[in-house]
Amino acid sequence: MISALELGLVYAVMALGVYLTFRILNFPDLTVDGSYTSGAATAAILITNGTHWALAMVAAFFVGTAAGLITGLLHTKGKIDGLLAGILTMIALYSVNLRIMGGANIPLLGQDTLFSGLAGFGVGRNWQSVAVLFVLVFVLKLVLDWFLHTDMGLALQATGDNEEMIRSYGVSTDRMKILGLMLSNGLVALCGSAMAQYQGFSDISMGIGLILVGLASVIVGQAIFGTRTVFIATFAVIVGAVLYRVIIQLALNAGLNPNDMKLISAALVVLALLLPQFGIAKRLSIRSRATADSSSPAAVDAEADAPTPQEATRA
Amino acid sequence: MLEIRDVSKTFFPNTVNERKALRGIDLHLDEGDFVTVIGSNGAGKSTVLNTIAGKLTPDTGSVSVAGKDVTKMADHRRAQWIGRVFQDPTAGTAPNLTIQENMALAFRRGHVRGLAAGVSKSRKDLFREALTTLELGLENRLTTKVGLLSGGQRQALSLLMATFSGPKILLLDEHTAALDPSRAELVTRLTEQVVAEHRLTTLMVTHNMDQALQVGNRLIMMHDGEIILELDEQEKAGKTAQDLLAEFGKIKGAVVDDKTMLQ
Repeated sequence: MISALELGLVYAVMALGVYLTFRILNFPDLTVDGSYTSGAATAAILITNGTHWALAMVAAFFVGTAAGLITGLLHTKGKIDGLLAGILTMIALYSVNLRIMGGANIPLLGQDTLFSGLAGFGVGRNWQSVAVLFVLVFVLKLVLDWFLHTDMGLALQATGDNEEMIRSYGVSTDRMKILGLMLSNGLVALCGSAMAQYQGFSDISMGIGLILVGLASVIVGQAIFGTRTVFIATFAVIVGAVLYRVIIQLALNAGLNPNDMKLISAALVVLALLLPQFGIAKRLSIRSRATADSSSPAAVDAEADAPTPQEATRA
Repeated sequence: MLEIRDVSKTFFPNTVNERKALRGIDLHLDEGDFVTVIGSNGAGKSTVLNTIAGKLTPDTGSVSVAGKDVTKMADHRRAQWIGRVFQDPTAGTAPNLTIQENMALAFRRGHVRGLAAGVSKSRKDLFREALTTLELGLENRLTTKVGLLSGGQRQALSLLMATFSGPKILLLDEHTAALDPSRAELVTRLTEQVVAEHRLTTLMVTHNMDQALQVGNRLIMMHDGEIILELDEQEKAGKTAQDLLAEFGKIKGAVVDDKTMLQ
């Protein structure tokens, strides 16, 4: 169970990235399958060549932002549909990742990594490592919360919330989308670099289906905690990521075949998406479908206005 | 302050659906002018507003704001001078952000958006003070998400947001049409108040002839992509909605006559 918690906390970094695009920008970004592996590949090749793991992780973050930049440019300047732009980058990254690693995988056994570093500080692989990881992820969450409340962050939020409106206040929504995609994929690649160190290798196929893990984390977490404020929403994402790993762990303990993992993940996401529609989770989440809420009061007004005296004088 | 010269716009050119939305529009607004725009559906009222805001690029002609030619400038770049309120009350605010966050977004119009806190203590005081002028009690609900407000409240907030960051030009596109009569009256009153206070150069599209005569110092009537009638302050003063309708019928009749003559 300790390893499930650790894994969940590592995945939480990626889930925060997915939250940025999926929830804040309202953009389903599939780049993450590729950029996650890019992060892992970058960190692995750098670490095996003697770079300090911390520096390697920073490099991984920037490789991720580059991937996000490409998807962003394809979508905004190239006017390619968001889903397709993400898929194009993801597929292209497969080859790029092979190039980065010079092969299909790189073992990190015996190398100095984040986790060997933690062990060096006397942090055991038990509740201690879980606590340390939680603190690290929580600090990252706080930084993200802070950013989303700056002038720039609010403009980013507004871009996903009401694009037309924020343009009328002088914000280039193209630039905001690119920024959001860069940050998101940076976080995803950072997560990939941490995961490579955690499992002791980087592998070309490690990112396949990752977007589902991210979506599951975001949806499950927010179905439980709601999204009333950014502070709560990002916390929900972290809890969702950990919960997801715990559920998978329990499923495996119960004797399910590890080969069925992806199927279970997909089923979990479908379940999380369908349950609110049937009203079961509605009581749990205070506000998960904000768009539906927001349009209703105005719509009532608009309907009520139909037979007004104004109509009589309309030319 | 606002200069539109010989602006034409054709939608779907060279197709069966070709529609000439604007046919050589000329319009000049001095600083502080408040012009109301009336006309039938498809007359080109909204197209004029969208051309000024930069949502549409005219086929010919030019648009300049405060002496600066903005014809080719992207909409979000000229937004630093141009405030807009849309017909749809949900269009002018971000529903999932709070009232104070929406105010912060509006507050940074024309400024670089950096990493300063969007809602600082001093800004909060400023927002509260501005919201007080609406007399809707929104100043006590700063952390309420805007999506929870009624249409009238959202439209009043949109109007405040569009104006309090000091645009040079205010564009109102039937911004009271989707509200019930009492809310429409409130928003109209607020509009007059805020335009007078900031001496805003304003262009207001409306379907309501009484409203068009009641507010503003000038009135233009559009039909089929052209300005067919212009009234200045004095000419406008004595007119009633009936007069306008009669005027409209006369000109529309003339158009019909032209057509019959061609056949």
